Amino acid sequence: MDRISKVFQSARKDGRKVFIPFVTAGDPDLEMTRSLVTILEKNGADIIELGVPFSDPLADGPVIQRASHRALAKGATLRKICHFIEGIRKDIKIPIALMSYYNPVLRPGLDETFRWMVDAGVDGLICPDLPPEEGEELISLGQRHGIAVIFFLAPTSTMKRISLVAEKATGFIYYVSVTGVTGARDDLPLSIRDHIKEIRSVTDMPVAVGFGVSTPEHAARIAEWADGVIVGSAIINILEENGFSEHALDLTGDFAAKIKHAMEDRIS
Amino acid sequence: MVEIMPDANGHFGPYGGKYVPETLMPALEELEAAYGDAKKDRRFHEELEYYLRQYVGRPTPLYFARRLTDHFGGARIYLKREDLCHTGAHKINNTIGQVLLAKRMGKGRVIAETGAGQHGVATATAAAMFGLECQVYMGVEDIRRQRLNVFRMNLLGSKVTPVKSGSQTLKDAMNEAIRDWVTTVRTTHYVIGSVAGPHPYPMMVRDFQTVIGNETQRQVMEAEGRGPDFLVACVGGGSNSMGLFYRFLDDKGVSMVGIEAGGFGVNTGKHAASICHGSIGVLHGSKGYLLQDEDGQIKIAHSVSAGLDYPGVGPEHCYLRDSGRVKYEVITDDEALEAFQLCSVKEGIIPALESAHALAYLKKLAPALEKDKIIIVCLSGRGDKDVQQATQILGAADGQD
Repeated sequence: MDRISKVFQSARKDGRKVFIPFVTAGDPDLEMTRSLVTILEKNGADIIELGVPFSDPLADGPVIQRASHRALAKGATLRKICHFIEGIRKDIKIPIALMSYYNPVLRPGLDETFRWMVDAGVDGLICPDLPPEEGEELISLGQRHGIAVIFFLAPTSTMKRISLVAEKATGFIYYVSVTGVTGARDDLPLSIRDHIKEIRSVTDMPVAVGFGVSTPEHAARIAEWADGVIVGSAIINILEENGFSEHALDLTGDFAAKIKHAMEDRIS
Repeated sequence: MVEIMPDANGHFGPYGGKYVPETLMPALEELEAAYGDAKKDRRFHEELEYYLRQYVGRPTPLYFARRLTDHFGGARIYLKREDLCHTGAHKINNTIGQVLLAKRMGKGRVIAETGAGQHGVATATAAAMFGLECQVYMGVEDIRRQRLNVFRMNLLGSKVTPVKSGSQTLKDAMNEAIRDWVTTVRTTHYVIGSVAGPHPYPMMVRDFQTVIGNETQRQVMEAEGRGPDFLVACVGGGSNSMGLFYRFLDDKGVSMVGIEAGGFGVNTGKHAASICHGSIGVLHGSKGYLLQDEDGQIKIAHSVSAGLDYPGVGPEHCYLRDSGRVKYEVITDDEALEAFQLCSVKEGIIPALESAHALAYLKKLAPALEKDKIIIVCLSGRGDKDVQQATQILGAADGQD
């Protein structure tokens, strides 16, 4: 069993929910990413999601677009990011999942990409523009190498698609909370609860909710319904607003701790 | 071979498919079903034909270009006059079809990406005529090059949103249109302008554009009593070329050439020749040849023509290239500009810079052919929109003389 599945399994056993912060790797450089991953783990992250920058991030809102742009400007690539993870792997206990558009994964050849990920100790792969229909090869490589291949469901997904994704996904199902691109939002739709119920009616696969989750209150509410909470743009907002300084790192740590705390207490 | 492409999952051999965020997958399934129904519905075809005839002005002429033929001194040259379509390009063949479909699906809003602005104008036009709300995404660089078309879209009641990200051209406009669609998918239909994007777009846009080839087949039989020897069309995403070629794919006597934009020359790296000088990848929902670096980042295309300034190409073209059925060649900015002037002076037709790429290939093809051979060039659009840009480039060149 891959390490991401194990995290969800043990969290379920203990009645805990899984906190998954997201940052773009190499934004603005990999040194910053190293500090961030360390601070996020210290402040309660159960899994880290690292974004691989792409020139055409069509599922992302302005915040992650800018992060991607900064990372590319400093030369971050999938290969370098894998190498970077290999370097920090012994210090970071929690699983690391990569979030990458499909083209950077495909370009080196899928076998080569998986070799890099295995060598680095990457635990999961999430491709926002790859539905399971086009993901057969990725799925079988993931199974062979013990790397979770995570697929999405969205508010628009039909029951037929929920069944398909439930059958193909490993690790967890990434439920997109809003019909839209990534980015912090003031309000989250209440329909999330009903959609998660629909998903639960066909599968036991853990469900983590992302896109738009931006406050401890959001996290607490989602923790009531789902197995995990993913927070991305809100973290990058803090880093941006504070110029990626030492202070920004402290604030990010505090923010992560608040999210974690809210998820544990379910204060809403 | 031809009839079964694409397969049920939208693949043309290894190309095509659906590489989109999950949010859009149900919309693509809905579109596929709606298009499947419409295809079987005689009333849909009648309605489409009515508008193509009465509104677009079809059939467009297959014009014998006597002076160009004399100029090159070889094969007989015909021009398929898509420039005479309402709004000035072939793009409207597709937008009328898709807006009719949007109505069938009960969507009150359409969005589009545009490069040269021709597809944007064609979408805005169809939306105005059918009373739908319309928003067009266009790169800032293209807005600079194609001001006239921006004004036209506004006049037609559409909102034009400038796209400032990336290269600020067609590729980025498409990113932004997809972001809009991910957000508004329940009420909005995305009118893709080329045989690109996720399934079913490459198939559907091709089908709507096959009217070009179907008419051409009839017209060349009337004029010459036989089929053509060569078909030549420019390829950006590849819709006018697919529209012309498709009808003839099974006709072994017909050679076909797709012309990609060579920009400053393929050796400079500043070009838009994805088929001739790209590699396989995934962008904007489908797999095909792309301009990309070794890490899978998309490279910025370059062409003097905004409509060809795109780093990808439709999946069916990729398939046709691999199978060898269609040959793909490259024409540079300079060659296209030369043809732009030649066609104007010899035929009194100012072609779009896109179409000028196809015309430029005549210099390489026509003189060497026997005088009884027939070449048909798809004159996909008219050049009014390019006059300002061409004046700047050519005027500057004249100034140096």
